[in-house]
Amino acid sequence: MAQFTLPKNSQYTEGKAWPKPAGASNVQEFRIYRWNPDDGANPRIDTYYVDRDDCGPMVLDALLWIKNNVDSTLVFRRSCREGICGSCAMNIMGGNTLACTLGIDDCGSDTIKIYPLPHMPVLKDLVPDLTSFFAQHAAIEPWLQTQTAEPETEWRQTPEERSKLDGLYECILCACCTTSCPSYWWNGDRFLGPAALLQAYRWLIDSRDESTGERLDNLHDPFRLYRCHTIMNCANTCPKGLNPAKAIAEIKKMMIARAV
Amino acid sequence: MADNRADTRVSMRTPLARVKGLGASGHGVEHWWLHRMTAVSNIPLIIAFVIIVAALAASPSYQEAIAIISHPLVAIILILAVISVTNHMRLGMQIVIEDYVHDKGLKIAAVIANNFYAVIIGVACLYAILKVSLGRILV
Repeated sequence: MAQFTLPKNSQYTEGKAWPKPAGASNVQEFRIYRWNPDDGANPRIDTYYVDRDDCGPMVLDALLWIKNNVDSTLVFRRSCREGICGSCAMNIMGGNTLACTLGIDDCGSDTIKIYPLPHMPVLKDLVPDLTSFFAQHAAIEPWLQTQTAEPETEWRQTPEERSKLDGLYECILCACCTTSCPSYWWNGDRFLGPAALLQAYRWLIDSRDESTGERLDNLHDPFRLYRCHTIMNCANTCPKGLNPAKAIAEIKKMMIARAV
Repeated sequence: MADNRADTRVSMRTPLARVKGLGASGHGVEHWWLHRMTAVSNIPLIIAFVIIVAALAASPSYQEAIAIISHPLVAIILILAVISVTNHMRLGMQIVIEDYVHDKGLKIAAVIANNFYAVIIGVACLYAILKVSLGRILV
């Protein structure tokens, strides 16, 4: 059956409360998930205090402040700090989002709780194993496929045809949507998940692509596509404001269009 | 064949091979489409069903209740409702099983049981409707 409780070795315990910064008047409390694959212990929740007067406005700034000033062993992914690389996706205050684009003030809480993306294997602390997620993206063959002889210049499309890619191409593959999807939690080995399906639709709707039928064939499966039950967590959580649920619904409409 | 490719403890397949699995099965759209179609047909049929049951409950005698179900229009609506509802139930329950039952053997057993259950319920209902509505003519 589907797992509704955490396995024994995943149940977290109360961790270490790190000291408050000395002489700071404006302090924000963070409770952060910690897990080390090497020590054999269960995950724990550490408590940190950040000096807001010495720290930038975003949650990622606070994580970097903690790593620089309190606990250098805290592990997380980050790169661009401006919401375009998708590295710092994590579960903050119960929602998947990018730490770099979420303001500490916008969390609206005295205690900001940070966990890794849900229901993925954890490598360490806030770093999930996204191997399968990226393999699912590769499986939908996210590149232009054509049989016609390549033109002298670029493949042409009208401005209207190009505009159909808006709301699709902006995806940064941060995995916030896919890891927020209960259907993906239960059947992530066979369901492709919202992020991969959004990209599948991005190539299905591209007027230059000549493999639309083959792409639909590859999705025509009760698990790969039809595990989506329009729960809509994906659209709610997307830090880029995209709507994977709508893209999946459009794929289902294409399936009907060629069958009925 | 036991498909163990998802289990990294026993298989050294690449992540892409795991994700591709046994390939797309090439069905699913019929299931999805029939589920939606029966959802639409359920709306008028369930409304009619509720009205019929209310009429039966309000009928003063056993003979009058028999007469209501014996009416061709009533009998046909009831038969259509049974076919639509049991199919919708079967399709929906299969989705629930596929979502939540992950043990391979248990899943197959549950899907078989679900199909049997829907057919048995459907046939029993159809038999009852036909027996009551045709009983007057055949006796």
